[in-house]
Amino acid sequence: MAEKEEARVGVFICHCGTNIAGSIDIMDAVEYAKTIPNVAYADQYQYMCSTPGQGKIVEAIKEHNLTGIVVAACSPRLHEPTFRVATKEGGLNPFRFEMANIREQNSWVHMHDKESATAKAKDAIKIAVAKAALLEDLIPKSVPVEHAALVVGAGVGGIQASLDLASAGIKTYLIEKWPTVGGRMSQLDKTFPTLDCSQCILTPKMVDVGRHPNIELMTYCEIEKVEGYIGNFDITIRKKARGVLSPDEATARGIVGGGCNGCGDCAEVCPVIKPNPFEMGMAPRKAIYIYHAQVMPLLYTVDFDACVKCGLCVDACGDKKAIDLEMEDEFITLKIGTAIIATGYNLMPIENKREWGYKQFDNVITGLEFERLICASGPTGGHLIRPSDGETPKSVGFILCAGSRDNTGNGKPYCSRFCCMYSLKHAHQIMEKIPGTKVYLFYMDIRSFGKMYEEFYYRIQSEGAKFIRGRVANVLEDPQTRNLYVRAEDTLLGRPVEVECDLVVLAAAVQPVDEEDVIRKHFGVSKSQDGWMLEAHPKLNPCGTTTAGVFLAGVCQGPKDIPDTVAQAEGAASAASIPIHIGQVELEPYFAQCMEELCAGCGMCIDLCPYQALALVDRSDGSGRKVMSVTEAKCKGCGTCGGFCPGGAIKMQHFTSPQIHAQIDAFLCGGEQ
Amino acid sequence: MADEWNPKILAIICNWCSYAGADLAGGARIQYPSDVRTIRVMCTGRIDMLFIMKAFANGADGVLVSGCHFGDCHYLAGNFKAAKRMFMVKNVLKNLGLEDKRFRMTFVSASEGAKWATVISDVVKTVNELGPSPIAEFKK
Ligand code: FES
Repeated sequence: MAEKEEARVGVFICHCGTNIAGSIDIMDAVEYAKTIPNVAYADQYQYMCSTPGQGKIVEAIKEHNLTGIVVAACSPRLHEPTFRVATKEGGLNPFRFEMANIREQNSWVHMHDKESATAKAKDAIKIAVAKAALLEDLIPKSVPVEHAALVVGAGVGGIQASLDLASAGIKTYLIEKWPTVGGRMSQLDKTFPTLDCSQCILTPKMVDVGRHPNIELMTYCEIEKVEGYIGNFDITIRKKARGVLSPDEATARGIVGGGCNGCGDCAEVCPVIKPNPFEMGMAPRKAIYIYHAQVMPLLYTVDFDACVKCGLCVDACGDKKAIDLEMEDEFITLKIGTAIIATGYNLMPIENKREWGYKQFDNVITGLEFERLICASGPTGGHLIRPSDGETPKSVGFILCAGSRDNTGNGKPYCSRFCCMYSLKHAHQIMEKIPGTKVYLFYMDIRSFGKMYEEFYYRIQSEGAKFIRGRVANVLEDPQTRNLYVRAEDTLLGRPVEVECDLVVLAAAVQPVDEEDVIRKHFGVSKSQDGWMLEAHPKLNPCGTTTAGVFLAGVCQGPKDIPDTVAQAEGAASAASIPIHIGQVELEPYFAQCMEELCAGCGMCIDLCPYQALALVDRSDGSGRKVMSVTEAKCKGCGTCGGFCPGGAIKMQHFTSPQIHAQIDAFLCGGEQ
Repeated sequence: MADEWNPKILAIICNWCSYAGADLAGGARIQYPSDVRTIRVMCTGRIDMLFIMKAFANGADGVLVSGCHFGDCHYLAGNFKAAKRMFMVKNVLKNLGLEDKRFRMTFVSASEGAKWATVISDVVKTVNELGPSPIAEFKK
């Protein structure tokens, strides 16, 4: 930067149609802008982000010899990148651009007070000009990107994302907390509206991830620590003690031809019985177990919380020597370039809605329990029974929106999006398997929004299911027969109804998995108001997050069905592969710099830095004094050091103290200082 | 002047949570008072106590610092460190004889548009109740 160059700022004010112009007097603001110190040019346009709008910036830079650009328009979180490109096209360094937000934080929130909105816009422009006058050329740092990706969660979303990344030639680590891949989809019996068998369409993909040469499957693992930044994340994985060696691990320990082959001899002799979470607790498993026959990888797992270490399994395993009851958790570190989070969902604890009697009455079950009960590989071999007495139900009530679209504070305000459709599918399955069974669906609205979904709804109607529009007030049990009385108001007939059912299925709302908060924080991803992970932009960047290089797939971002999950997974995989294929990324050059002549070497900043980016070194002039030095690749530009340095020796690029002081002065002293 | 007084309130807010939350309030067209002017920084950790003192010295009637919730800071813990400093600011203000209520730190996440509007309304209300800053009066 030339010494004391004269600042010549160009101001461009956007109408955004009537979005801004409706509440702010644009012409008045332009006239005002011309009077602000350092402003060499001011103009306005209907849509600054359009090609002609950006063209104005490019032209003005050349014509008026501008040194800084201010666009007063929408939020910099939306269009800062756009206008930086225009600034660059005009021949300026792209960081000589500053945005004044006069839409999201002005015209849209002061819609009925043009006078104050205009006054606020003028101040915003004045503040932005003050900064723009002091902006400096910055050069983003390019860093190489590790040719590997991480996918967290091996449900259908994680599986699809991994397969896509791996097929694009990227080394992919797929980590899963369960001992097997497959996730929720592997628990389902059939999928709507095609009625494909869920396992049949998923298992080939499960096998593929197990076999793909570019995928390293890490089941029964959890994330312990995440460090680094896009292109260079260092991930520490906790490999939970499984108690069982895979054939490869056995070979590594010198046990030739050993390791678990999935024969199951161990489980046969194991004396400890526990409920199997895969079967929603409705079937037993042993302390050494697999969830189901199609697990991938086919490896048994010891539940060390339940294991009594009797050693019977070790004997049964014999020469394979696959079982090690003394195994301990291991920590593995991975280096990856980008990551995809696909952690999926849980059902909300629907027993909290006491009125529907879940966990009070045996014959009230959830949709996921129904899936297992109707599944041929489930605990009953696909014979739908009611839990209290094992009888075949003759009438089944479905309660939709159980906990969803519920503003009572005891439920979820959002729509869980796939429960209407799976309840329709359940209704169909019952009527098909047990002809003559009466099926009642208590609904608020049927949301059949997808391809062929509405048609499926009509089909279920014509098959004879009874639809009762009304939220269920409560469910009561007859203690003798264990039958249930479902009471609701039929809002179409305008009268209360009471229906006797043998079995009641709750389409329980979904919620993020318990670990979501921990994983989210590891990666610095925010959460939405409803608890799901927050995407970078709800419309235009639904796969991205505010952390560069971290992407979202599937329900962890918000409820969605299988096709939407798969589509988002493919989108996330594509987005995650871009930096890897380019091979390098530019980091925002917001890092800290030490002004050695001001640094007293006190070292206060060193502990403040969350990234260990700062250190004390010998001053370069050979005076032997210690000064702080920044490892730029580690610095993420938060400014926590710069906000504290008692000597003012730390320069936070693009957010320098002189710039911020100038902004404060501009607002409060009119910018004359 | 008293009848025509509009408070001058400065907000310094972090890019990742509060700024995004304020944008969200805009998207949802939640209306709130227009007296606050914002300066965006990447993290509340960036905020030097001097920024706030300077604003008051320049005659600000109120200052708001807003960042991510604890545990949600994009840079892990910038907001913790900021919060510590902000306590100090409050003490300094008190010692100077300025109502410390003129200064506030809040936590508004990227998904809390409605909360942002409430915070602003509340800050404006507080400052309106306190009236013009004595420093601003003195400077006149
Ligand atoms: S990024 Fe919001 S407080 Fe640190």
